[in-house]
Amino acid sequence: MTEARRTVDILVVGAGPAGMAAAVRARESGRGVLVLDDNPAPGGQIWRGGQEHSPSARASSWFAKMAASGAQVIAGARIVDGDAKRQCLTVEMPDSAFEVSYDKLILATGARELFLPFPGWTIPGVMGVGGLQALVKSGLPVTGKRIVVAGSGPLLLAAAAYFRAHGAIVPIVAEQAPVSRLAPFASRLAKHPGKLFQAAALRLALHRSRYRSSCWAIRASETERLESVQLQQHNRVWLEPCEYLAVAYGFISNVELAVLMQCQTGAAGVRVNDLQETSQNQIYCAGECTGIGGVDLSIIEGEIAGYAASGRDDLAGNLFKKRDKARQFAAALESAFALRDELRSLADAGTIICRCEDVTRERLEPMRSWRSAKLQTRCGMGPCQGRICGPILEFLLGLHPESVRPPVFPARVETLLRQEEETRPT
Amino acid sequence: MAEMISLSINGVSIRVPAGTMVAAAVLIAGETMFRRSVSGEARGPLCGMGVCFECRVTIDEAPHCRSCQIICRDGMKVRTG
Repeated sequence: MTEARRTVDILVVGAGPAGMAAAVRARESGRGVLVLDDNPAPGGQIWRGGQEHSPSARASSWFAKMAASGAQVIAGARIVDGDAKRQCLTVEMPDSAFEVSYDKLILATGARELFLPFPGWTIPGVMGVGGLQALVKSGLPVTGKRIVVAGSGPLLLAAAAYFRAHGAIVPIVAEQAPVSRLAPFASRLAKHPGKLFQAAALRLALHRSRYRSSCWAIRASETERLESVQLQQHNRVWLEPCEYLAVAYGFISNVELAVLMQCQTGAAGVRVNDLQETSQNQIYCAGECTGIGGVDLSIIEGEIAGYAASGRDDLAGNLFKKRDKARQFAAALESAFALRDELRSLADAGTIICRCEDVTRERLEPMRSWRSAKLQTRCGMGPCQGRICGPILEFLLGLHPESVRPPVFPARVETLLRQEEETRPT
Repeated sequence: MAEMISLSINGVSIRVPAGTMVAAAVLIAGETMFRRSVSGEARGPLCGMGVCFECRVTIDEAPHCRSCQIICRDGMKVRTG
């Protein structure tokens, strides 16, 4: 066991772009900063694997700022509980646990991919788009492998380009959005400084036969190893042989920790004011957990939260205009890649919805609330605690998750016992 | 050239560059089934970022380790299934 208790001025959860930007600005403002992250190294998902795998000038500049800032980073740290009143979090490490008290808390917990079930989506080899990209960044060679990329959003193109650059064959990129929405978005992109590359890539892709709009995966070969995927575009259905299917339908904000800390959330994510303050005193939120907006918006929100949490509202205010622009872009993104209704009927009666507990669609159809789904089918009761199936049930059946109970991640008994001891009056 | 380290996947020894994540090493070893689901289905990594728990394996006798979040160590013994 390491030390059991720590105290810090500003505690940042999440070391992706938003968390790094928040930590850097808070350190510049003279505050002590501790950053906790569940991953083995800082960078979040978009800059996963550090500079080596994210060689953009901006990523390098933030990694350098972060290293020079003097902010302490603890990687591999899992938050299992928290208490907004006592202003502390319980943290589990691979072989120890500790509690950390903060003056201000900045949540930059990011986002995860939205998966929509279809027959065969549980077969090994079917992964998220960012999921497979993360594995490649983690050392998985894909040279010569056939990878079908499907789902929705700009990540499809970026990931396809990444896989190709690593020697993979990407026979097709299947985007569910129709060209009538994508084309105006591509022209709009061109007007955003800094997005010219993406605009060019998207327009090029739209004219390439291998990027199909209004196209999606309807079935993966149902064996124990992926051999092919069935794709559909308009009335045409065909088999595309592949070794990996990378499929995801955009992102879902990671709001679980914020909800546990009793911060209010809206349809998009955690609710924040101009200064990125949540409804809870002393708690700020920045980046994808406030709504999906991409890396530019995440960095700006992180900077604002870092300044504001350090009492530098003046410096935070200077960034509001920049943030407004980034938010407009996020809104355009959302409308271009809005999910079509047909996706709700991809899963048939026997398709598994909850992968932890193997609960099928037919068992969930009669449920009228998330709570009854949990109690009667165990859906959402497994180790992912509804993180994968929760958004699916919301999309398919309109059921909303109600509350988050600790532990927010599966925790060891010793960690929970330690917590009990600490909260007991002495 | 990155430094190479050795570990065993289901008893078979493999060498991977230092810094490789366990999930990647399992796939490099040719295993696609990381665990059996509660109804016995074969499962492998989905999210790649520690959220879905589909890539759980046993590492050095410790069960339920998320292989996508753990970096390979020299001499590590990994079991799937």
